[in-house]
Amino acid sequence: MLEFLSRLFWRDRDRIGSKHVAKERLRLVLVHDRVNSCPQLLEALKEDLIRVIREYIEIDEDALDISFDNIDNTVALVANIPVLRIKKSIV
Amino acid sequence: MMEPSNGGQVVVITSGKGGVGKTTTVTNVSMGLAQLGFKVVAMDLDIGLKKLDLIMGLENRVIYDIVQVIEGECTLRQALVKDRRFPNLFMLPAAQTRNKDDVTEEQIKNLCAELKKEFDFILIDCPAGIERGFRNSIAAADWAVVVTNPEVSAVRDADRIIGMLESAQFQDIKLVINRIRPEMVRGGDMLSIDDLLNHLCIDLIGIVPEDDGVVISTNTGEPIILNQRSLAGRAFYNIARRFAGEEVPFLDLNHTGSLWDRIRMFFSKQVG
Repeated sequence: MLEFLSRLFWRDRDRIGSKHVAKERLRLVLVHDRVNSCPQLLEALKEDLIRVIREYIEIDEDALDISFDNIDNTVALVANIPVLRIKKSIV
Repeated sequence: MMEPSNGGQVVVITSGKGGVGKTTTVTNVSMGLAQLGFKVVAMDLDIGLKKLDLIMGLENRVIYDIVQVIEGECTLRQALVKDRRFPNLFMLPAAQTRNKDDVTEEQIKNLCAELKKEFDFILIDCPAGIERGFRNSIAAADWAVVVTNPEVSAVRDADRIIGMLESAQFQDIKLVINRIRPEMVRGGDMLSIDDLLNHLCIDLIGIVPEDDGVVISTNTGEPIILNQRSLAGRAFYNIARRFAGEEVPFLDLNHTGSLWDRIRMFFSKQVG
């Protein structure tokens, strides 16, 4: 009886509300907006990355490329870092 | 927020997107602060597209405007429109036939410095957008309120505005979420307060539920805050109290909504 009534009053209980779509779309768009409105962020990140990686690996710093991409509904930080040589020992 | 002891405080009400309720917020919070006994000016900086006079129901009393004050055609005192209901509430109208380039940030700063001597609160109704009118509106502000709706486009613009306020060195930025519909949030079809706070990362100063009464208020020029039975009116009054530094709990919107919603909620709780 209770189940019947609840079905009557709450037909689409298992439906996922459209707010989840809104949240996801908002998250993606805000990441892009924030990056675009602050290009210095990517530049600073790039410089920091180079500094850390250089400790371990010799890389082609001029060819290094980082960007944000949408992959399967998530925002990914994609870095393409051409490796020249692995350092033999860590000082 | 500061105590209004060493001169008044200038607060800009902004949003990025138009139509989210900036003017309604300025009107009702100004009136709430006046009810609390503060001396308040509501200033319309949407030069060329004024609406504050209409929403406050003072359009028949306007004689001069802010551009005339700045250009020296009248005194500040002559341009200030006294509210019909509260003797300590005033409105400074925008000019309708001029545009945003007719005033500078410097002029607004001077004007606000003048007003701060006499008033506890100066609330600025900022125009939509991020151009000249926005920069003029934030130039003299001590802190800022960002108004948004639980809707993706409004939140995106709010995020942009918050970023711009932060670059302009604003330390104190508060959020008003306007036109929330608790029954839609419960049904999973509207972004919730937590969703918005997660994205925007600033402190909340008010939650105002959707209320048909606001449309009626706009029609009659009698702000919704004058109707203490309305939920939106109470929400705006609470915002005014928080402006004044009081700790006020947020309204519990879970116990509102139609009878149908409550019945539905009852059964959904029974089952899951």
